[in-house]
Amino acid sequence: MKLGAAELKREREERRRGFFLALPSFAYMLLFFVLPLVIVLIYSFATRTSTGSTALSDWNLDAYRKLGEPIVRNVVVRSVVLALVTTVICLVVAYPFAWFCAHQRPTVRNVLLIAVMIPFWTNFLVRNYAWRILLSKGGPISTFTEAIGLGEVDILFTKTAVVIGLVYAYLPFMILPLYASIDRLDQRLIEAGRDLYGSGPQTFRRIILPLTMPGVIAGSILVFVPSMGAYVTPELLGGGKETMLGSYIVTQFLTARNWPVGASLSFVLMAVMLISTVIYFRSGGRNL
Amino acid sequence: MSQSHQRRLPVWALRANGGVVLLFLYAPIILLVIFSFSASRIPGQWGGFTTEWYTTLFDDSRLQRTISVSVRVALVSTLIATVLGTMAALALERFTFRGRRVFDALLYLPIIIPDVTMAVMMLMFFSQSFNVVDAVFGLGLSKGFGTIVVSHVAFNIAFVSVVVRARIAGMNATLEQAASDLYASRWQAFRYVTLPLIAPGVFGGALLALTLSLDDVVVTQFVAGPGSTTLPVYVFSLIRKGVTPTINSVSVIMLVASLILVAGSVALQRANASRGRQQLQTSGGTS
Repeated sequence: MKLGAAELKREREERRRGFFLALPSFAYMLLFFVLPLVIVLIYSFATRTSTGSTALSDWNLDAYRKLGEPIVRNVVVRSVVLALVTTVICLVVAYPFAWFCAHQRPTVRNVLLIAVMIPFWTNFLVRNYAWRILLSKGGPISTFTEAIGLGEVDILFTKTAVVIGLVYAYLPFMILPLYASIDRLDQRLIEAGRDLYGSGPQTFRRIILPLTMPGVIAGSILVFVPSMGAYVTPELLGGGKETMLGSYIVTQFLTARNWPVGASLSFVLMAVMLISTVIYFRSGGRNL
Repeated sequence: MSQSHQRRLPVWALRANGGVVLLFLYAPIILLVIFSFSASRIPGQWGGFTTEWYTTLFDDSRLQRTISVSVRVALVSTLIATVLGTMAALALERFTFRGRRVFDALLYLPIIIPDVTMAVMMLMFFSQSFNVVDAVFGLGLSKGFGTIVVSHVAFNIAFVSVVVRARIAGMNATLEQAASDLYASRWQAFRYVTLPLIAPGVFGGALLALTLSLDDVVVTQFVAGPGSTTLPVYVFSLIRKGVTPTINSVSVIMLVASLILVAGSVALQRANASRGRQQLQTSGGTS
């Protein structure tokens, strides 16, 4: 009995220690992350006054209704389409690459994986800027295609340029989770499929693909979500013409001064992200 | 190793794809470096070799100011985020306490939240809280160095804690227990056992925080003041006005800075792996 009480006291002591250890960062996150999030939510129901300021009264859903208006709807549709195209291209390119990596000697494999990681660590703005130079009129790519007789390539400030930039930015996010799930693949299952006279495509469709699905889903979310919210890439490579959700939100704050609409769209963007994450965890994925 | 499964897969196609991916990843970076030495006034066209754009760089006082702001922001925010993030990681991995699950979930949010949403949140928060502070205390606060640091810490705590937690999770708790069995105080056990063991994770987290802080454009653009802007925000505004050869050379310098950080993290991972083994052996020997 007495021992139980001592044990209990020690456990309570441990809990207190844990709480105080977490307290500074917990408090920081509540003040500088959760509170800002709540403020955005409140603003999304507010009204924009004629002077461009925001009236924190007269709560309504107008900012969310704006989502149905043609201008905003176009931006949303364009963002979804470009993000989907980016995700599919990344998937098609990354899957064989991840497969290739997983079937190399350990040293080669490590070199390849580090080679994929390095661009991920290098400055994001610089990587986008590099494409601006590559695709510019009379730039390296255009010069090259002209030299081999394909004519001038003039795709800067188009959707194609934006997709190239997005694929370039997020391809490593697709390769790494795919590699992780392909590497875990049990080779005996593939051999079993072969022994049962499964053809190559059949083995892939019925065995390999389902088993590597967590990687496919993780990679797709990691590419799709940031592509939807992209701001720097469409600005630099789309020239501000190919507005995506991210750039539209920024405009609402820095130029149009319509905070409620900007706030509601930010919330929608976050909802997309949260739903995707829930899908990922539901599909049996673990920590990214 | 069984190669039978590769029999029906066209290996040459896999190799070609691998080559194309690597070319795609590296050609832009390499070409950017090459063209930063081009004498042509139009970036992306070759006009002979020059280092002119690197020397003009040093005459630009605005650029130097933004570099200094960037470095100071990165160092201060990394220091704060590393301390707070490491404490959070230790609390979550080694203790149970009230609100643990909420805190755990909360720490994943900054990682998955889109940049733009984070930027919007911080902008609104500062404009609201500055109004309140002004009304209550009569202090006219303004956006600048402080707001940038606060925002960077807000997203970096989460990244640091994830990296440190991964390290703690792979670590054996028995070593700490052994220390306390040998009458080490809580603090001694932490200082001489836990801290050296998690150090690679802490450094890894700090390097990630440093990289993310130096990289950030979107959040910083929203919370920077007129007098203090970071290098990426300044360069971003320059590019939007029109590309110039100087931007090429600035970009290469940013590239080199981030490559140094990558080299650091790769070296750290290697040291991490070998030191982990070594420590396990020595600790096995002494106990």
